[in-house]
Amino acid sequence: METFLETLVRGVMLGSVYALLALGLVLLFKSSRILNLAYGYMLMLLGYIFCLFFVTWGLPAAFSIILVFIIAALLGLVLDRFAFRPLIGQPIFAIIVLTLVLGFLFDGIAILGWKSLPLPIGLIPAGGVSLGAIRLPYAELLSFIIALLLFAVVVLLFQRAKIGLAMRCVAEDHQLSQSMGISVKRIFAISWAISLVIAAVAAILLGSMQTVSPMLSFVGLAKALPVILLGGLESIPGALVGGLIIGLAELFSITYLDPVLGGFSGIMPFILMLLILLIRPYGFFGLRIIERI
Amino acid sequence: MLPSGIFNTKYQTDIAIVRTKTQWFLLIAGLVILFVVPPLLFTPVWLSWIVRSLSVTIIAVLGLHILTGLCGQISLGHAAFVMVGAYATGIITSQLNWSPWATLPLAGVVAGLVGVIFGAPSLRIKGFYLAMSTLAAQFIIIWLVKYFSGVTGGVIGINVTRIGSGVERYYLAAGLVVALTFFAKNMQRTNLGRSLIAIRDNDLAAQVMGINLFRYKLIAFFIGCFYAGIAGWLWAHSLGNITPEDFPLMRSIWYLGMLVVGGVGSTTGAVLGAGSMELLDKLTLDYLSPWLAAAFPAIGAQIASVSGYIVFALVVILFLILEPRGLYHRWEVFKSSYRLHPYSY
Repeated sequence: METFLETLVRGVMLGSVYALLALGLVLLFKSSRILNLAYGYMLMLLGYIFCLFFVTWGLPAAFSIILVFIIAALLGLVLDRFAFRPLIGQPIFAIIVLTLVLGFLFDGIAILGWKSLPLPIGLIPAGGVSLGAIRLPYAELLSFIIALLLFAVVVLLFQRAKIGLAMRCVAEDHQLSQSMGISVKRIFAISWAISLVIAAVAAILLGSMQTVSPMLSFVGLAKALPVILLGGLESIPGALVGGLIIGLAELFSITYLDPVLGGFSGIMPFILMLLILLIRPYGFFGLRIIERI
Repeated sequence: MLPSGIFNTKYQTDIAIVRTKTQWFLLIAGLVILFVVPPLLFTPVWLSWIVRSLSVTIIAVLGLHILTGLCGQISLGHAAFVMVGAYATGIITSQLNWSPWATLPLAGVVAGLVGVIFGAPSLRIKGFYLAMSTLAAQFIIIWLVKYFSGVTGGVIGINVTRIGSGVERYYLAAGLVVALTFFAKNMQRTNLGRSLIAIRDNDLAAQVMGINLFRYKLIAFFIGCFYAGIAGWLWAHSLGNITPEDFPLMRSIWYLGMLVVGGVGSTTGAVLGAGSMELLDKLTLDYLSPWLAAAFPAIGAQIASVSGYIVFALVVILFLILEPRGLYHRWEVFKSSYRLHPYSY
């Protein structure tokens, strides 16, 4: 029973970080129709850059966090301007290959700069709180709170702020937004920047829960993508629900399935994803696409 | 565009792949050179590179060309299908002692059937969604191979008997590549090939024209993965050892990148892309990375391991942005300007 409860609580906490990750992907997909398959590699690279500032150079925590955010936003702007804008109008295949290949590039940079070694961050102190029989590490608790807060902030931005309205409009129709005086290019750039800043937050959180390592790139590929397919590519509530499902599924399969089927937790998200693709291809909350010739 | 002075007077000349005497001469000369020169001139190291890297990749990319280039079904798990072919022949030859020749078609068929299983969702989904389901195939197949270690040897893999000597393997590989390229090129011009292209260009319109989407998509998956299986067979019997680590997601991405560099939707492009990128990788590893490692000794060890795919990534990105139609389009431009030579059009 205690194992069950602990798995449940930790699953929810991990799931909230996955939801945050997925939010970055969904934001970008909504406005620009780009599914960023290199997200995990960007996550890893941003995590390593944070390690460089905070661990290697010993800069103050707040300062290095702000620096990483600036770098993430700049990376987003550069990618948008020089890699993805020339591809507007190209088939989906080009975008898929470009994001995958960018992943290669970031992976290569991580190996060149950091040898892809796991690095502990040590931002959040070790230890944890005990709730009855359940022990929760501070890192996970704090990640949970920060992830939910940031999720709320982004949702508020989307629903209440003027720029959020513009982003929702672009998500609806590019041509229409253009004729309403919204610069689609600017919205693309802003979405990229926000998406990568979210990735930076998630990288620091995940890095504190475990270490900064190439595992982060696997998280982007094997956890964040199933999350958004489960929830629906365009849906923000879907990202939250999908994140919780994948987080719970991962921890429950680590606790209960891995002793029987070694390493099954690694492909559990994919199996859930395949099932949802077969039963409800557009996810729980995604838009059902009706096509006309 | 036809060469000057050549007119299509008969239906046969209109559909011929090889049209003029010069082209026949070049084709035959090329084939003779392909089969005679490398065994005489190349060192054994290069010969075995041609067999186990170049030929395997060309065959696998041809399969991906049929699946993605012609039918438009994006596969991110092609390396896993190559792996299925390799393991099928590895398990059958080592456990049942079958001859490698009997497993050649079998490896293709097994990989094809596995491809059909993972291609089945393509009836309902496409684009990003289908790419995700084939991505799942990549991870699930590798997990299955590692999990059933009793049959597959787990992480250690299987040892397979290699076929013949180095030169014999070269002939085998060259023969397979030529035959499979010919098949792919011809298939493109049949009813089947045209149906696949119609599905790629607009699947709803294709359905309205009476093409059974489900059937043709599955056929595309079967043929594409059949090629992958043959590539896996060649891999297993030329390398002599297969492990799950030989077929990571990275290889699947390489195949897609090669397709882009060559030019999506053309057989010539697939062969060109696979050949040039494999050669570039080999040259980078052999010449560029030792030089770079000597220039930057602090990170020398890492340069050796990543220079190959950083160069690959940069080349593919440049092609996507500057020439999305690939090498094949450049080759066509060159051909027409050569045919028109003294005049500009």
